[in-house]
This record gives sequence, structure tokens and C-alpha cells, in this order.
Amino acid sequence: MQGNTACAEGALAAGCRFFGGYPITPSTEVAEHMALKLPKTGGVFIQMEDEIASIAAVIGASWTGMRAMTATSGPGFSLMMENLGFAVMTETPCVVVNIQRGGPSTGQPTMAAQGDMLQCRFGSHGDYSAIALSPASVQEMYDLTAEAFNLADRFRIPVFVMADEIIGHMREKLVVPDTVLRVDRKPLQKGNLPFRADDDLVPGFPTFGKGYGVHVTGLTHDERGYPCATSPSVHEDLVKRLVDKVESARDAIASCDIVNPEAQVVFISYGAPSRAVQQVLHDTRRDDVGHLRLKLVWPFAESLLSRFPDAETFIIPELNLGQISREIERHTDRTVIPVPKLGGALHDPSDLAGLLEEVA
Amino acid sequence: MTYEDWFREDRLPHIYCVGCGNGTVINCTLSAVDQMGWNKEETVFVSGIGCSSRAPGYIVTDSLHTTHGRAIAFATGIKMANPDLKVIVFTGDGDLAAIGGNHFIHGCRRNIDLTVVCMNNMIYGMTGGQGSPTTPPGALSTTTPYGSREAAFDLCGLAAAAGANYVARYTSYHVTELTRAVRAGLESPGFSFIEALVQCPTNYGRRNKFRQVLDQIEYFKSHALLVQKANRMREEGKKIPDDMIIIGELARRNRPALGVRK
Ligand SMILES: Cc1ncc(C[n+]2csc(CCOP(=O)(O)OP(=O)(O)O)c2C)c(N)n1
Ligand code: SF4
Ligand SMILES: [Mg+2]
Repeated sequence: MQGNTACAEGALAAGCRFFGGYPITPSTEVAEHMALKLPKTGGVFIQMEDEIASIAAVIGASWTGMRAMTATSGPGFSLMMENLGFAVMTETPCVVVNIQRGGPSTGQPTMAAQGDMLQCRFGSHGDYSAIALSPASVQEMYDLTAEAFNLADRFRIPVFVMADEIIGHMREKLVVPDTVLRVDRKPLQKGNLPFRADDDLVPGFPTFGKGYGVHVTGLTHDERGYPCATSPSVHEDLVKRLVDKVESARDAIASCDIVNPEAQVVFISYGAPSRAVQQVLHDTRRDDVGHLRLKLVWPFAESLLSRFPDAETFIIPELNLGQISREIERHTDRTVIPVPKLGGALHDPSDLAGLLEEVA
Repeated sequence: MTYEDWFREDRLPHIYCVGCGNGTVINCTLSAVDQMGWNKEETVFVSGIGCSSRAPGYIVTDSLHTTHGRAIAFATGIKMANPDLKVIVFTGDGDLAAIGGNHFIHGCRRNIDLTVVCMNNMIYGMTGGQGSPTTPPGALSTTTPYGSREAAFDLCGLAAAAGANYVARYTSYHVTELTRAVRAGLESPGFSFIEALVQCPTNYGRRNKFRQVLDQIEYFKSHALLVQKANRMREEGKKIPDDMIIIGELARRNRPALGVRK
């Protein structure tokens, strides 16, 4: 099965019943598969007039209690930024799939890249935190997309599935699990204020049409949901909670594969470049070389680095100019070697093996 | 019930200036909703950004106060996901016709079952009186200090041409007619568009020779021309002055609607 189709199947298995989107290479197959399948499940597919409208419709659908998603690539992702901030501020669960292609601008529509990894974390205005997953196989397009809905519902935020053209268009065997674990958003208890958080820093969800009478606004709001845009403390408390509800859970939700934790040299990767690293490990058969493969990139859990206590060097191949290398540099005093690559082709495993020879 | 039962009293006082026309439109809309006998639980108000778009915050139902220009796109998602909800959009001339123009025409084309009420004050009220797509030629604003040199949009013409099932225009002077038009919009399946011309004494009136609030309402009264009469005048070959405001029902038809339960 193709990666993009597996992504759509994973969403359907997770109970996604609304897709709003706008065609863009190399993500279009996700929309096309949803257009084919959603009507048969009683769900809704709608092709909107642009990506701004797509994410808007997804957010609207989510307030009716539906699991909702969209899929896009760089230019469309850029258009979504303002409304993604709205989803953060209003605590709206939704899933946004970005099949990354080469940018800036129209760039390389049919070629892979990981150039939007910082945009998904910082691209909308104001301070916030984000959750981003990065599949490295067709199987993970299915599994991680399904998991994205659980994370979106649990934290009430947009969750990003940051894939790339290689994984989106690759064909591999998919094992469809009998059941997909589903953990839904918790409902607001009647009588509670709609934006007063529980101990997990997340408030219960007041679904539209259930008699909550909730006012939802992108303005800074108090626990009643009422605009309160000039009180410094209300704003500070709200924004800090929106960040903390994600950041305080970063160890709990960390998801990765670890190979050779006693290694001195450790590759760190996510998405497509993981495939090149796996090839290097397979070819060299060195047990002094480790691999940390991130399935969940944001929020980055720095505690994962200490799972390699003997590591002296981290080598980080990315299909960008070092976006996540920069994050890792900030958390370690070990040597960090970014291996940036642009243009759309994956790192050549023999180049990575050569680099390994030079380092150790 | 009366329209007053729909207000969120713990949010008063509201932010509107003394003499603002938006309150009239909110009252007319809530009266129409109340006449429909709808429940608060099944009614949702959606808006974008602007003075006009603050209206949902004063209403007790579920409401979504979204981003500038995008209300119709958000409302489309709500209505498609749950067609049992009655969805009403409040918007302004800038919100609807400038930044949100594309969502407006596509909402009409889809004929999605929404009722969109535009408070057209011919100005950007919230940001302090800049020109909008409906600012009349020659009118003064902070960004047209020498008079606007652009043509104004005919919002109703746009909605009718793009395919909306119900289209009507009135002003804050025409309270009874406006209420009836909103009600007709609520009753009609598909996209209903009601344009209400309103006075903005703070940012439009005082710059454009309406020294008192009533001066602009008086102007609406004296310059309103019922569409039937306008059509007759055209048939008779009479010229309709450019500054006349054509009021009345401008489209009513039954194209297939989206977002209704089959
Ligand atoms: C993306 C974006 N651009 C600009 C603004 C600033 N802004 C707020 S309200 C507004 C104009 C509102 O005009 P209108 O829709 O006519 O509403 P009114 O205040 O006149 O009722 C603008 C430009 C914004 N909030 N968001
Ligand atoms: S600025 Fe104009 S539109 Fe806004 S509240 Fe005041 S009078 Fe009304
Ligand atoms: Mg206006």
C-alpha cells in the first residue's frame, strides 16, 4: 500500500469522520482516499476553496465532536498558520498531515524535504507548544496518524503528522491491526467552567449542540471563555497553561526506537532519513554505533539523549539545513554533527558510513 | 420567550459605541430566531473579526468567534459535520467582502445551509475607520483621506450571482422588514444572505457629514428604494440615482442546498 493511502486508512480506523482539504502534491492521495471512503462510513468529505478554509472547516467540525483532519504540503501549510493558532488558543483537537516537499515557495512539488519541522513548531504567531509525529514507513503512516487523533483529543491541540514525499509515496506492506486504541477527548462536566483546566491542565470538551452554551473565541479569554484581552495575568496564565499542558507531558508521550544504547556514536533521525541510517547500521554491523529514531519529534524530550550515557557524538541527517539538529545542540554538551541535505534525494547510506569512519 | 432571553446578561455592558447600528441588527436577528421557535441548544452563532463579529459573544448559545474573514468556512465545517445544528453567521463588510470574499462566494456557490447576516457600516469600525470594499466612492476614511477612488461592492448582487438561495437588503431604519427578512432567511434552506446597512457614528458618520446618529438613519430612510419600484423605474426607462439604496428581497429560489439532512 502507498504511504498516503495508509495515512487515510489509519485516520479512518481511528474514527476520523471529517476531512476538509485542498489538493496539493505530494499529499493529494490522502484527500482522494478520504473522498472515496468517508461517505461509506457516514463521514463527511469536503473540498474547500483553499487551505485556510480547509483548516477552518476542520476546526468547525471538531466543535461538533467529530474527529477531523486535513492533509497538505508546504504552500498549504503556510496558509493554515493563522487558523492553527486559533486551534491552539481555543483548544480544538484536530489532525494536520503535512507531506513535506522542497521549499521555500513552490519549490520542488514532487521531491521530499523536512523543511517545515520548525514551522510546525513555531509558524503561527505568539507562544505555544505543539505535538508533531514523524512516520518513517508505510506502517507508521497508518499507526502514527491513528495515534495523532488520540494525542489531539487528549491535549486538545492540533497534532501534526510531519511526513515527507518519500514516505508518502513509497509502497510497502501494511499490517492492519484488528483494533486501533482509541482514547477520546474527555467531555466537560456539566456545571464546570468551560475553560477551567483539570489537574492535567486540559479542560473538558463542551461539544456544540449539547446545551453547554459555550462561547469560543481566539481572543484571550477567562475560564468562562469570555474575552478578557487586556488583563496581563489572564493572558500570561492562559498562554503558560497552553504551553505547559504539552511540555509537562513530553517524557510521558515520547515515542522512539533506540538501538545500541551503550554506543559512543549515535545517529539521531526522524522520517525518511531513518531509512538510510538503518541501512548503515545493517551494513556496518558495529555495536558501538547507536540510533535514536524519533517517532514523536515535538515536544522534543531531551531525556532521550541520556538514554545513551556513553555517547560522545550525535550525527543527525535531515532533509533540511539542520532544523532539529539545532534543537538537539541546545540540550547536549556532546559533539553534534548535522548532516543537512536538500534537493529531494535521501542521504546515501555509503556517505553516512564514510562519515562514521571519519568520526570513529 | 422574547429576543431578550437570548442575551448573555453576565457579559453586559457591551463594547459597542453609543448610537452604533449593530445592536439593531442583533435584536432583529434574535427576534427572528425566537419567532422560529428554535432551541438555544440547537442554535450556533459564528463570526469573524470586527465590531459586528463581536455579536455572538453576547448570545447564550454555543458560539465560535473565529479569525478575520473566515467565519463562513468555519460555519461550513460545523454545518456539514452536524446538519441538525442551525448555524447563523454574523459578519462585517470588511470581514465578508475583503479578507473573506472567497469564502463568501464559495458559500453561495455551495448553497450551504447557513444564514449570513452582514452588518455593513461601509467602514472598518474595529480598527478605527479605514476604507472597506463597500466604502462609497468619494467617502472619507482614514485610508481614503481625499475620498475613496474605488467602486463599492454590491454585496447582494454578488451573493445572488454566486448562487445563494435567499438574498435581501435592508437598513437599521427598517427594523420590521429586516426582522422579516432574517426570518425568511432562517426558513429558507441553503445559503441565505441578509445585508443590513448600519450607521457607525464613531468611524463613518462623523467623517461623512452625518453629525448626529439620526442623520444617517434619516439618510437610510430617504435613500431607500424598494426593489419592485426600482424595477418599474428601469422598465419605464427612468434613471435611478447612484446613491439610492435598493432594499427588499433580491433573490429567492430553490437550488439544491448543502448541509441539510437528506
Ligand atoms: C488577518 C487579520 N488582518 C487584520 C486584522 C485587523 N482587523 C480587525 S477588525 C478589521 C476590520 C473589520 O471590519 P469589518 O469587517 O467591516 O467590521 P466592523 O468592525 O466594521 O464591524 C481588521 C482589518 C485582523 N484581526 N486579522
Ligand atoms: S466603531 Fe462603529 S461599528 Fe464599531 S462599535 Fe463603534 S459605532 Fe459600532
Ligand atoms: Mg465594517
